[in-house]
Amino acid sequence: MTTTSVSESTPSASASPNVIEVDNLCVSFPGRRGGIARAVDGVNLNVGRGEVVALVGESGCGKTTLARSILGLERPESGEIRFHGLPLNYGAKALKKYRSNVQLVLQDPTGSLNPRHSVYEAVAEGPRTHGMDDEPGRVSRALAQAGLRPPERFFLRYPHELSGGQRQRVVIAGALALEPEVIIADEPVSSLDASVRGEILALMLKLREELEVTLLVVTHDLGLAWNIADRIVVMYLGRVVEEGPTEQVLNDPQHPYTKALLSVVPEMEQVEAIVLTGEAPDPTKIPSGCRFHPRCQKVKDGTAEAAGVLDKCMGTSPLVLPPDATQHVAACHLVTNPPSA
Amino acid sequence: MSVETAPMQVLSSRAIARQRRVRSTKRFVEAFAQHKSGVLGVVMLLVFVVLGLLAPVLFPAEMIEPINTVNNPRMASPSAEFWLGTDELGRSVLALLVWAIRPSLIVGISASIIAMILGTLLGISSGHFRNWFGALCERLTDWFLVIPFLPLVIVLAAVFGQQGDWILIVVLGITAWPGTARLVRAQTLSVEGRPYIERAKVLGNSDWKQMSRHVLPNVMPLVIANTTLTVAIVILSQTTLAFIGLTDPNSVNWGSMLDNASASGAPLRGAWWYLLPPGICVILVVLAFTLIGRALEVVLNPRLGSE
Amino acid sequence: MALLEMRDVHLTYRTDEGPIPAVRGVNLSVDAGEIVGVAGESGCGKSTLVSTVLRLFPKTATVTGEVLVAGEDVLTMKWNRVRAVRWGEAAVVFQGALHSLNPIQKIGKQLVEPILLHDKKSSEQKALKKVRELLAQVGLPARHADAYPHQLSGGQKQRVMIALALTCDPEVLIADEPTTALDVMVQAQILELLTEIARERSMAVVIISHDLSVLATTCDRVAIMYAGRIVEEGVAREVFDYPKHPYTRALTGAFPTIGDPESRYAPSGLAGDPPFPGDLPEGCPFHPRCPDAIDRCKEVDVGLLPAGPARRAACILVNEGVAAS
Repeated sequence: MTTTSVSESTPSASASPNVIEVDNLCVSFPGRRGGIARAVDGVNLNVGRGEVVALVGESGCGKTTLARSILGLERPESGEIRFHGLPLNYGAKALKKYRSNVQLVLQDPTGSLNPRHSVYEAVAEGPRTHGMDDEPGRVSRALAQAGLRPPERFFLRYPHELSGGQRQRVVIAGALALEPEVIIADEPVSSLDASVRGEILALMLKLREELEVTLLVVTHDLGLAWNIADRIVVMYLGRVVEEGPTEQVLNDPQHPYTKALLSVVPEMEQVEAIVLTGEAPDPTKIPSGCRFHPRCQKVKDGTAEAAGVLDKCMGTSPLVLPPDATQHVAACHLVTNPPSA
Repeated sequence: MSVETAPMQVLSSRAIARQRRVRSTKRFVEAFAQHKSGVLGVVMLLVFVVLGLLAPVLFPAEMIEPINTVNNPRMASPSAEFWLGTDELGRSVLALLVWAIRPSLIVGISASIIAMILGTLLGISSGHFRNWFGALCERLTDWFLVIPFLPLVIVLAAVFGQQGDWILIVVLGITAWPGTARLVRAQTLSVEGRPYIERAKVLGNSDWKQMSRHVLPNVMPLVIANTTLTVAIVILSQTTLAFIGLTDPNSVNWGSMLDNASASGAPLRGAWWYLLPPGICVILVVLAFTLIGRALEVVLNPRLGSE
Repeated sequence: MALLEMRDVHLTYRTDEGPIPAVRGVNLSVDAGEIVGVAGESGCGKSTLVSTVLRLFPKTATVTGEVLVAGEDVLTMKWNRVRAVRWGEAAVVFQGALHSLNPIQKIGKQLVEPILLHDKKSSEQKALKKVRELLAQVGLPARHADAYPHQLSGGQKQRVMIALALTCDPEVLIADEPTTALDVMVQAQILELLTEIARERSMAVVIISHDLSVLATTCDRVAIMYAGRIVEEGVAREVFDYPKHPYTRALTGAFPTIGDPESRYAPSGLAGDPPFPGDLPEGCPFHPRCPDAIDRCKEVDVGLLPAGPARRAACILVNEGVAAS
């Protein structure tokens, strides 16, 4: 069984320019203490070919669930995910074929590799599962692309003999061996040493440059987004609260949550820190109206009231952001109804 | 620290991977050898195995045919001719003892292998599948676990048991598996929590592949240690069944020897040479397996813990 | 007065494969009310350094030098005195402390335990009262004393661990990676809390982290560790803004300033990996990865040299005026 390359050589020939389209997705789980946790509660997202998109937010915001849903690991309650315009088929065969096109790099490189398998076996697993030909060649190429050179030197090593950075490269090589179009990376560098991060991030950019891989990076680290992302999507409690080109969102944040997040990032000294009280609420108990209003600094300091939107903040939920990739938008009543003064 | 590689062909990589396995086996043997109790268990077991294999050589089969022993002294105490005396039919107790090794070991080990296979299959399935199938496996395990082992074995053996050893193997096998299954399930759940299982899924592996390539190798060491302990239980159960007369009356095993001994009045006549040796043999074999099993657990566990 | 002072501390682990020098001559001093940060990555020896303060290193470790807690040397104390110092004078919030709470005991009970251990005369009533005060100080409502660990969030658990460290009113507090695994917002809250504690109680606080930017904003001074030694130290903000040692420069580069066009699509990092303590290179341990290394770096391992006002860096280039700004 050979893989058919879905991406044709002429990009303009495909029906939609987007590689991944997420359409009004809702994913829920039974909550730990009863109730339903609405992990993803209405998200639209388009990812174009060769784009690097950062999904940013704190724990519980739904970014990991969104990424897993795109991978087909979670079934949505409602909404649709489309790959090259075609909705995801959750049948075993179709899903397997999908997996040769969309791959995952997880956070913990040590846990991601079976300690009993050598590097060769770890990287060859994907091609073997899909019955691809020229297995040694693929493994060699993938390891080289991931920066482990000469590849042969690593074939017989075991994960515990490698450093954290090398292990992550092996995991990336394992994903590359399938020649995927999309790689989803969940906190790819957060468990690596600081001095090693740069190399892995540079590798990811290189993959986009040389192999036209589309990257979706899930992270809580805004600095990482600044380093490599074209676009940034900020999530809070299951919804997208702001999205747009990275420079615009990070230099001129519109949503109060983004503003607060940016202000506490240690690298931003010049901005007065807005330390929000408490923590993000349980996804089983989503506040009414704008889900951020109980913690919103604009509500607390009276700006919302002064602008006359306080009722809206507490009563009506802001609209779900459309999947437009080019503009900088925020789901905030204050933004859509700016104070006239 | 690392192995120097020259050619890049898959063939040599497999060969060197084999070398690694040989080396890790050596390491395991060394670690096991450190446990004197385990080594003692292995030695004891080997003695029994060798004796069992040599039974027809040491004591030709005719020696224990009742027809041939008509002229021997009955229930005689140990003498130069009969080192452990004779039973009520004049047969050499020592010969019987050695001949009894085979059925005991064969039944014990076969039944345990059946239990191991069933237990592993159901344990991994109930741990891996988080849907109705997994729940079914789990319920099945719990159900069999709760049923009292010995009464069930007694009932089944009473219905089927008198037809030969193979029925006994099946009966014992299908009642001993829940313990293994529970253990395997727990280990499966712990292994499945590791990211590399999810990675295997994402790479496109089917459920079967995930279980066989990733979960099984991690679970096997524990299963093997547990199985040796299961053998001990099975042998004891077999002895009990034979003692209460529920097994094939024609097969010679320690349990039936004890049964015959007590039935023919050996306790009354003080024929200790007939009563004690079978029981002691059972104890020794069970002890050997227990020692081996415990040593295996200790040797294999630290590695499991670190993963 | 320096509440915590480390003088030329060396710690070597004796192993089957030979001695492994985890800490190779560290000098550190922290005054009352001061917050000092120690930055470094895996293998640099920072966690080992922490273990010396409460004498928690294993028997296979050989330690030389002095570790003075409120003037007394922990390394040469009698055992009874060490037990009194542990928690009573110096306390540590360990890495991954979130997982150190006993899952089957209520929070209040776990907090009461060290109080009763250290003060035999205290009663459970008095101890509970103190626990409620402590919880208030770390920003948790008193009712959390009746909660179980699994009912708390990550940030709340970390606060409990800090409260636990404060139960016996120590003078020195060491927090090992207190904000890793926490969200950015919760991180900010915890750092605010640690600052408050240091100032209000006049304690000497040491924060260890691999995230230099975290230390730059919270600490007064910072020391960068690499391969068991301090390679740069100075005023935190200045070290971050104007690093002198090439390693520090790499660390600061790893966490880019948001808004700086230079770091767009230009992630910076070092090649190679932090060295294994048992296998250090000749000369300067950093030279294999150093972008500015010269030939002499392979032979000579300089100690800390003056590199500006209240600043020292262990780099040849600093002295020779070749160091970048």
